[in-house]
This record gives sequence, structure tokens and C-alpha cells, in this order.
Amino acid sequence: MVTDVVPLPVVLTLSGLLFAIGAGGVLVRRNAIIVFACIELMLNAVNLAFVGLAPHAGFEGQVIVFFVIAVAAAEAAVGLALIIAVFRHALSVDLENFRLLRW
Amino acid sequence: MVAGTAEAVSASWVAAIVLLPLVGFLLNGAAAIGTGQRARRGEAPDFRHWTYRLPSWVGPGVVAAAFVLAVLQAVRYARADLHGPVILRYFAWMPVGELRVDAAALIDPLSLLMTLVVTGVGALIHVFSIGYMGHDPGYPRYMAYLNLFVFFMLVLVLGASFPVLFVGWEGVGLCSYLLIGFWFTEKANADAGRKAFVVNRIGDVGFLVGMALLFAHLGTLDFVEVAQRAPQIFAVGAPAITAIALFLFLGATGKSAQIPLYVWLPDAMAGPTPVSALIHAATMVTAGVYMIARNATLYTLAPAASLVVALVGALTAFFAATIGTKQWDIKRVLAYSTVSQLGFMVAAVGMGAYVAGMFHLTTHAFFKAALFLGSGAVIHAMHEALHAVHRHEDAQDMRNMGGLRRAMPVTVAVMLVATLAIAGIPPFAGFFSKDEIVGAAWLGAHGELPLSRGELFGVPGRVWLGFIWGTLSLASLLTAFYMGRLLLYTFFGRNRLGLEPHLHEVGPSMRWPLAVLGGLSVVGGLLNVEPEVPVVGWFRALAIGGPAALHHWLAPVFAPAQALTAPVPEAHPTAVPVVLAVAIGIVGLALAFGLLRPDGLRPAAEAPEERGLARVLYRTWFVDEIYDALVVRPVVALARLGDRLIDNRLIDGLVDGSARFAQGLGLLVGRLQSGQVNTYAFVLTAGALLVLVGMALGFLQG
Repeated sequence: MVTDVVPLPVVLTLSGLLFAIGAGGVLVRRNAIIVFACIELMLNAVNLAFVGLAPHAGFEGQVIVFFVIAVAAAEAAVGLALIIAVFRHALSVDLENFRLLRW
Repeated sequence: MVAGTAEAVSASWVAAIVLLPLVGFLLNGAAAIGTGQRARRGEAPDFRHWTYRLPSWVGPGVVAAAFVLAVLQAVRYARADLHGPVILRYFAWMPVGELRVDAAALIDPLSLLMTLVVTGVGALIHVFSIGYMGHDPGYPRYMAYLNLFVFFMLVLVLGASFPVLFVGWEGVGLCSYLLIGFWFTEKANADAGRKAFVVNRIGDVGFLVGMALLFAHLGTLDFVEVAQRAPQIFAVGAPAITAIALFLFLGATGKSAQIPLYVWLPDAMAGPTPVSALIHAATMVTAGVYMIARNATLYTLAPAASLVVALVGALTAFFAATIGTKQWDIKRVLAYSTVSQLGFMVAAVGMGAYVAGMFHLTTHAFFKAALFLGSGAVIHAMHEALHAVHRHEDAQDMRNMGGLRRAMPVTVAVMLVATLAIAGIPPFAGFFSKDEIVGAAWLGAHGELPLSRGELFGVPGRVWLGFIWGTLSLASLLTAFYMGRLLLYTFFGRNRLGLEPHLHEVGPSMRWPLAVLGGLSVVGGLLNVEPEVPVVGWFRALAIGGPAALHHWLAPVFAPAQALTAPVPEAHPTAVPVVLAVAIGIVGLALAFGLLRPDGLRPAAEAPEERGLARVLYRTWFVDEIYDALVVRPVVALARLGDRLIDNRLIDGLVDGSARFAQGLGLLVGRLQSGQVNTYAFVLTAGALLVLVGMALGFLQG
């Protein structure tokens, strides 16, 4: 056990807080870009948890982290492109204005 | 297969006999499709086109070829001097659990006799149809149906088990329906076809129940095995065998037009006249008689059921004959005559006089086919005469006829001979066969039939048989009377519409089959005369040749059934019933010719309405009206009730209700779909939290 590292409970608490902030942002914010950034925050909170747990639970978690980073990069590219396309169409990125998908 | 039969019965010949008419059906059917397509394009029928010329060769050709093969097969069988039936198994048709049904043919004297009648009379009627139907736009279709009918009839008579017989039984029913409604554009014809179909279904239910009971008790449906096992399992007069025999007989009352299911046959005259001759007189309607004769063992084991069969037959014979005396439509007279004669046959097989029944079936096929084809010739001639003078009178109403004798010498000769045959005047065919049936009843009344010892409703069999003898004798009297009436009104006197100059004899394709059938009506009775009998026997040897009379030929078929009954005292041959029967026939004819005055009759259009008994008889005892009130209307009312209550309320209610429920639920739940992404995310998060909390509290095991 290495001693000069941040203790696990601190890492997990930080990860949980970041995730909660991200989730809260997704739920309450209406600006699509902010929501998007919050999703990134949630993803990275999970990454942090994986990395923090890796010395205890084995190194497979770190592999997952790389996957998440790779997928998040792709998702960022597609997501931002979508937002730009939506903005060009409606001159707004406020989610309040996009309610077409309903009954 | 019985050993050593290879030279007696040829499996490929028998297959060819059955399949030839089917090939004819396919070829004529192809022609019919061709004409149908051109008719749909609105083209007028071109009678020189191959589709109209092919059926004239193929239709009669295949049946005649089947007849030739049947004759050869019968000769081979007779030469081999076999005892017992030969079964030809072609392939396993229905192996279901314990039930094993093969597509198998049963060759014995009975099935060979039926095959000869079906193909022989069938071939003649096919030839007649060339002239009679050749200028109908539906001619190829007609020939196709007729061929198909012969195919199914051969399946019926050659089938070796109940299910195979039933295939033929239903098949001929289908062809009957198709041909009754042949001119289906007129509603009355289509209705008549439907009536035949529905009435026959009622009988078929009985037949199916009988078949199921038989299988439940015996574990087999092969005729030969049924006949072997039945006497081991059933005691004479056991309730089970009586029920089976009665259920099977219900099927026979439908097919063979007996009380209470005879009502379809008179309406079946809506079809073309050769169809009436072949299907509704000579062959199909005798299927019930054949079925009972084929199962002689079962009926011998059930004397009470046999008495019922004989009684129903005798009553039908009398009842239908009364109606026949007051009909004006020439074909309806013959239709009721057929019902009546079928009653004679059914009475015969009911009394255990199986040979007499089959004999009458054969001679009846000859003289009734002759009568129907003769009436067809009359209608044809009347039609053309009415057409020539541009009148639209009924060509089938005898009140519009009269005086056809001079214009149609061949037809009148054949009709005269056939009338003498049906009236039972010696030496014509009906004398031998009908008087054998009436004679059997006479013997039974004197305690000399095994059935005389039977009992029904506590009344001994000989009393019933005496009653049957009386009924049949009365029916014979009426038969002679209505046939004399038909001859008189049709051919004698002067023509009541003044058509004399326009009436002509029919063409050769119709004349020749008529003449042949007329000839058979003369000599057909000799089939069952011993060669030793003076004069008649010698004449028979000249006319037919062949050594054995019909009852020798059929004896091996009915021997097992006869072995079941205790021997009866040796019958005392007596001339009394024969003399009585002949006297009755002569009196009937004399009454018709003495009482009726054809020249006093007025044409149908100006005829006064019938009154009293004549009206009751003309309206056929109002049986159709009674059935309508007792059966048809309650059934229709029940159907309407079911339509309104069960179908409209219950079924539709359930279906509509389930649709409305789904719709309502959708509307309700649809409100949740706000389109607001944040809301969705909220629901998602809340759900995930719920799962997490649940896991934490241990409700959910990951």
C-alpha cells in the first residue's frame, strides 16, 4: 500500500460530488452546451472512481477508463456537431425550444 | 392381398378404371378454364374451338374406356372362381395412432357390379350429353364435372374402408351440388344446389357418428375387418350395434333421398337432365343402398335397425309415389318416382333381401336413366319447338305437351318400354327386380325371412313385414298409375300448344344411348334369372349369355351375413305374390289410361288452380313448408339471435373493448411524453436512484 497518495474515501467522495454536480447540471440547465459539458463531467467522475479503485480492485478498471476517454471523444465530436446543426436551424441551443419528440 | 389373386385382379387395371375419369376431368377442366377466360373477355362462345370439341371426345371416351376395363376385370374375376374379396393396397393414406387407413380398393362381386353400372350407364349418359349440352356455353365445365363425378363414384364403390368410401361419398355430393347449380346465374338453381348440400350434411353427421362409434368398438374401419370382428364383439340386437346401424342409415337417408331427408332430390332437377339421369337417378343416390348392402353383416346383427330401414324405405316408396301422381313438371314426376324406387331398394336391403336390393338398383339404373334421358329428349324437342314459334311457355310442364308420339318415335318407344319396366310388367326389367322385393316382404310376412323373428317396439317382425308388403304394393299401384299418366299426357292426344309442325326427334348422339338403355330396360331383368327356367332362362342365355344369375354372383358377398342368422324354414315358392304384383301393375296402368283424358287438359298458363287433395299432392304434402316452419326458420332465428347477442354484443364488445382500453391507456401514458429532454433525464436519474436505493437496502439482489 502506497502512503503518499490521496486516500480512497477522499477520491470516491470527490468522484461522487463531481458526478452529482454533473447530474444536477444535466437535470436543471437548459443550455445544450452546458448540459453537454455536464455529461462530460459525469463521465470523468466515473473515470476518477475507476482510477482510484484500481490499486484495490485490479487494473481492469484502468482499461475501462481508456475506453471511456475514447468514446467520450467521439461523443464530443458528434454531440457538438449536432448542437451546431441545431443552432443553425433554430438559432438557439435552448432545450426548451426543442420539444418535437412528444405524443 | 389375398394370395393367388395376381391373375384374377389387376391392381393397375383397377387404378386405371378409377383414374381415367380423373384424367378426363383435368383435360375438360383445362378446356373449361379456356372457355371461361374467353367468356370473361366478353367473346361469344365459338363451338368450333378445340375447347368445345375436346370434351365431346374426352368426356365419354374416358368413361367408356373405364367401362371396357371394368368388363375385362369382371370377366377375369369371374373366371378365377374366387371366394372372398380381394384388397389392393396402393399406399398408406392416414396412419394416425391406432387408426390405419390405406388408399385401398376392395374388389368383390358387389363392387364390380356397381363399377359396371356406374361406368356403363355413365358412358351412355356422357354420349347423350354431347347432343343435349353441346351448345351450352358451359359445355366443357359440364363434362369436367361429370367426369369428376364418375371418378368420385368409383372411389365410393371401390373403396375398401369407410373413410375411403366417405371421400367418394362427399366427392359425389360436391359434384351433385356443382351440377344442380350448373346454371347458377338463376337463383332458384343455386338455391337447389345449396339445399342438396345442406340436407346431405345432416345425413353425413349421422354417418360420421356411426363411423366413429364403429371405430371405438372395433378398432378398425376396413370393411372386411369390420365384417369379421363385428360378430365377435356385438351380440345380435345389442344397443351399440343398433345405434351404429341407425347412424349409418341416417347418412343413407341423406344420400339416397329417404324420409326425412328426401326433400333435396326433387329440387335437384334444376340441373341439366342428363345429370338427373346419371347422378340423381342411376348412380349417386343409390350409394346409401350400396353402403347398407356393403355392411350387410352390421345390419344383420341389428334386426331392429333393419326393420327401421325397411319401414322407412317402404313409407318413402309410398309417400313419394302419392306426390308423383299429381306433379305437372315431367322431371318432377320422375324425381318423385326415383325417391319412391329408392324406397323400394332401401326396403329390400332393410329386409335382408340384399340381392333383390342390388338387383333393383341395377335395373332401376337402366330404366330410370332411360326415362330421364327420354324426358330430356322431350324437353329438348319442346324447347326447340317453343323457340321456333317464339313462345315462352314452360318446356317441362306436361300440360303444355301432348301428341309427341308422332314426332318422336324412338323416344316414345323407349319411354313406353321403361314405363312397362318400372310398372313391373313381365318380361321387362322391373318385373323381376321389383317383384322380388315385394315378394321378399310377402315371404317375411309369412315368417320365412330371418327378420320375421325380429321385433320393433314390441311388435313382431312379421307383422311389420306384412305392413311393408302392403305399403310397397300400394306404392307399386301408384307407380304404374303416375307413369301411365306421364306417358298419356306427354305423348298421346293432340299437342295442347299446337306445336305439332315444329316437333322433331332428337339427333343420333341422343337417340342411340336412349335406344341402348331402352334395350337394357327390356333385358336387364334377365340378369337374375336361372338359366334352367323355361323360356325366360333360355331367352336370357341368348341375350346375355354367362352362366350365373346375379344372386349366384353376389352370394359370396352376403354369405357371412347370412351365416349369422339361424336358418329359416325352406321358403315355399308361391305364385301368389307374383301374380298379385303383376295385377297391381296392370291395374295401375289401366287406371291411368282409363280415367285420364289428355285432351281435356288445358295448357299450364290457363290451367285452373288445384283444389282439395290434388292441391295437397301438387304441393307435395306441404313438406317443404313444414320443414321451413319447423327447422329452417328456428335455425335462422337462432342464427340471428346469435348474430345480435353473441357476435354483435359479446365478441364485438370484447374486441372493441380491448381496442378502446389500449387507446385510453395510450392517451393517458402519452402525457408523460413531454418532449422536454430534461424531464426524460430526470425520470432516468430518479429510476437509477431508485434501483440504487433498492440495492442498498437489500431489496434487489444484483
